Amino acid sequence: MKPAHESSARPVITAQKRRRNGRSWLGLIGLAIVLFWLAMALLGPSISPYDAGAIVDVDVFSGISRKFWLGTDYLGRDMLSRILFGTRYTIGLALAATLLACSVGTAIALFAALTGGWVDALISRVLDALISIPSKMFALLMVATFGSSVWLLILTAAITYMPGSYRIVRSLAVNIQTMEYVQAARARGEGVLYITCVEMLPNMIGPVLADMGLRFVFVVLLLSGLSFLSLGVQPPDADWGSLVRENISGLGEGATAVIMPALAIAMLTIGVNLLIDNLRGKRARKD
Amino acid sequence: MNHSDKDNAQEPAALVEVSALRVVASKDDGDDVVIVKDVDFSIARGEVLALIGESGSGKTTIALSLMGYARAGCHIAGGRIRIGQREVLSMNQAALEDMRGCDVAYIAQSAASAFNPARTLMDQVIESALNHKTMSRAAAQAKAIGLFRALALPDPEHIGERYPHQVSGGQLQRAMAAMALITDPELVILDEPTTALDVTTQIEVLRAFKNVVKEIGTTAVYVSHDLAVVAQMADRIIVLRDGSVREVGVTAQILTAPANAYTQSLLAAAAPAVSLPASAATVSVQSSYAQLIEQKEPLLRIRGLIAGYGSPDGRGLPGVRILDDINLKIERGSTIGIIGESGSGKTTLARAVAGMIAPARGSIALDGMPLSPTLAGRSREQFRRIQIVFQNADTALNPAHSIGRILSRPLAFYHGLSGEAMRKRTAELLDLVQLPANVANRLPGELSGGQKQRANLARALAAKPDLILCDEVTSALDTVVAAAILELLAELRRELNVSYMFISHDISTVRAICDDIVVLYAGRMVANRPREAMMAPPYHPYSHLLLSSVPALRQGWLEQVCGRTPDKLPPIGEVSASADICAFLPRCTMRVDGVCNSVPPRRRNMEHGGEILCHRSDADLQRMQLPLIPVEGVTV
Repeated sequence: MKPAHESSARPVITAQKRRRNGRSWLGLIGLAIVLFWLAMALLGPSISPYDAGAIVDVDVFSGISRKFWLGTDYLGRDMLSRILFGTRYTIGLALAATLLACSVGTAIALFAALTGGWVDALISRVLDALISIPSKMFALLMVATFGSSVWLLILTAAITYMPGSYRIVRSLAVNIQTMEYVQAARARGEGVLYITCVEMLPNMIGPVLADMGLRFVFVVLLLSGLSFLSLGVQPPDADWGSLVRENISGLGEGATAVIMPALAIAMLTIGVNLLIDNLRGKRARKD
Repeated sequence: MNHSDKDNAQEPAALVEVSALRVVASKDDGDDVVIVKDVDFSIARGEVLALIGESGSGKTTIALSLMGYARAGCHIAGGRIRIGQREVLSMNQAALEDMRGCDVAYIAQSAASAFNPARTLMDQVIESALNHKTMSRAAAQAKAIGLFRALALPDPEHIGERYPHQVSGGQLQRAMAAMALITDPELVILDEPTTALDVTTQIEVLRAFKNVVKEIGTTAVYVSHDLAVVAQMADRIIVLRDGSVREVGVTAQILTAPANAYTQSLLAAAAPAVSLPASAATVSVQSSYAQLIEQKEPLLRIRGLIAGYGSPDGRGLPGVRILDDINLKIERGSTIGIIGESGSGKTTLARAVAGMIAPARGSIALDGMPLSPTLAGRSREQFRRIQIVFQNADTALNPAHSIGRILSRPLAFYHGLSGEAMRKRTAELLDLVQLPANVANRLPGELSGGQKQRANLARALAAKPDLILCDEVTSALDTVVAAAILELLAELRRELNVSYMFISHDISTVRAICDDIVVLYAGRMVANRPREAMMAPPYHPYSHLLLSSVPALRQGWLEQVCGRTPDKLPPIGEVSASADICAFLPRCTMRVDGVCNSVPPRRRNMEHGGEILCHRSDADLQRMQLPLIPVEGVTV
């Protein structure tokens, strides 16, 4: 019953303030990184100095130079161009899979939460079972069975991450459903569609968006991992994971060709994470 | 205390001295708000000082600062606090930790959340004594048992072995008092210790606190918003508002001759006046159309309602009954009050009427037309005619929607309004509940508690309903604000001729606004009487307990009441297993062995009007019940 040991002294406050400001500053960096890569995904191919497939250098694994900003790869192709072309695959696939996972997960979750009873229990247990399958294993199985294609990759990633999204949305929906404003809407005679879309969703959107960002990061990592195992995007196309894979032999000599795509993956995931953290922080402060 | 002798020799009489205390809260945008402004006071040894004020008045902040503590986001910006010989504000963290829980103890509002559910009461009660190494475990346990006894806890030797969920809320609150007193603190801070309790429990806890404080001679700070409770406990009262002191005085002076205008308004609001014109009107209507009413269906009639949860038994009734055999009717333009303690089924009744809980048995009829038990079977028109106003305006308004949007939805939904007509009607509604027009553009989070409750009410009124179900609508509000809402409800009823089902645990609120009063106990209507009869003897034993537990706004009430109530319950034999046995039996001081424990009570009419569920005759009840102590300022 003793109050917590937060002292009333001024330093605590200023530290809090500094932390807050620091956080929004980091968030801006995250936003800048995400916007940069989104722009690259859109504009990349048209501003890239060379064609992604063109062999432009007699040397392989050449370092950073004025001609080749990020060096060249194991065939003497320009790394900058290859990364720029790869952005579309990495971000496009991940975005599609994330949106699919989250929208399907949200829809099922709302249905389950509103219906309740055994329907809710059944859906929840089935999706729990799906979670228990290791994601890489599941992806291997899918690719081995159906062969790798863009659509299959999207579907695989979406199935893998849908149950997580379902869980988050369902727990939010179950809580919000008992709020008196939802009760008031029910007592007013409103339909299910109005209650979910107008009364419930606006109050869930913050956490759902944050979750979506996190899920996007997971999907990027999963797809890069698959590509690294040569199960993802197939040559001659390449996403960042494939770029790491095909240049792995250059790792011994410290080639930029293997480091740069790995850095791109790291930069994107860190950027998205920074952005999400800031979104969350803003929401928490508002509350 | 090892230095107490020296203290007595040197010190002035005051144990606690606070001067020019300033507490500041930092907002997000970096601005500071002063929440306690230059407060000075002192507390003599053995004195009980009350801090009283509405929410946001800074009363808890001041109490916490006595422990050198400010809540997250606040800090003590200046002033001096002396307790005994300690200068609290210049103590370091270690010294503060030493003092807290040992020399200055704190009793919080919610005992349920202050106890660790995984450890026994005894472990937690003696914890601070062991932490501060003031005594051995055995000595602490012996002392705790003594305190349990002093606090009138049942079975003091063994209650310490129980876990928090195994004792009642009132008992837990008393156990928390034992926890605070175990180290013989110089100062005890009680922060709204009875606010979360039912009145009948509150009186037990107050009595225990009072005895202990008197016995030990503890110096205490009692924080409360309830003047009547404070009147029982305090020697002196400080009235706070907006972080500054409005009035300081001994209890008798504050209660009888308040000097400050704000104190006067608090006193006025504490005893809401009966809305006489409205009730007089209904009474005359009732008498002149007495024969008509018999022919015409009432607005709402509930017959034999049973609702609950759990797997159904052989007769198809729910295993646990929340509501049992509810029969009542509400006439047009009249108000029915539902009172009872927490868990008595009040809210379930409102939800059943609104169609949100399907009853197992019974019928609900609106204007003679039966209503579907579930939401699905009701027409939009039926939805429109019955509106429910929820207790907690904080959660009843969607935080993502502006007030204008919240109000316009029922207008569009029920009345098909749009565009200019909608804007006009929204403005009218805001005007009706006395909110400024610009509130329409604001989000609920930007309004005060009272404003939110008005908006909540306006949403119900937007439907132009015939019946409004008010579920504890004033419970979360400050006294002055609650009085204003009651006033508003009475006025709306006169203007719009709506009916209310007014649910409350607070008898004085119900008395102020209702024509008929239903007393619920464990889901059964133990009494159903017109307001005038409700306050006239004899009473149902539970009504009597309820009425006599409401603190009166004057000193000495607690002693007077406690001196009179017989603590002993008459012994009874084996209790019949029937579900229809009187639910109040275990607490009834008027129970009859061989009757109450074996035969279900019958509903019968009383001579003075209304009906009750009791075996005792009017004459018996009249003879055995002590007359209620009249409450000054409240006329019935």
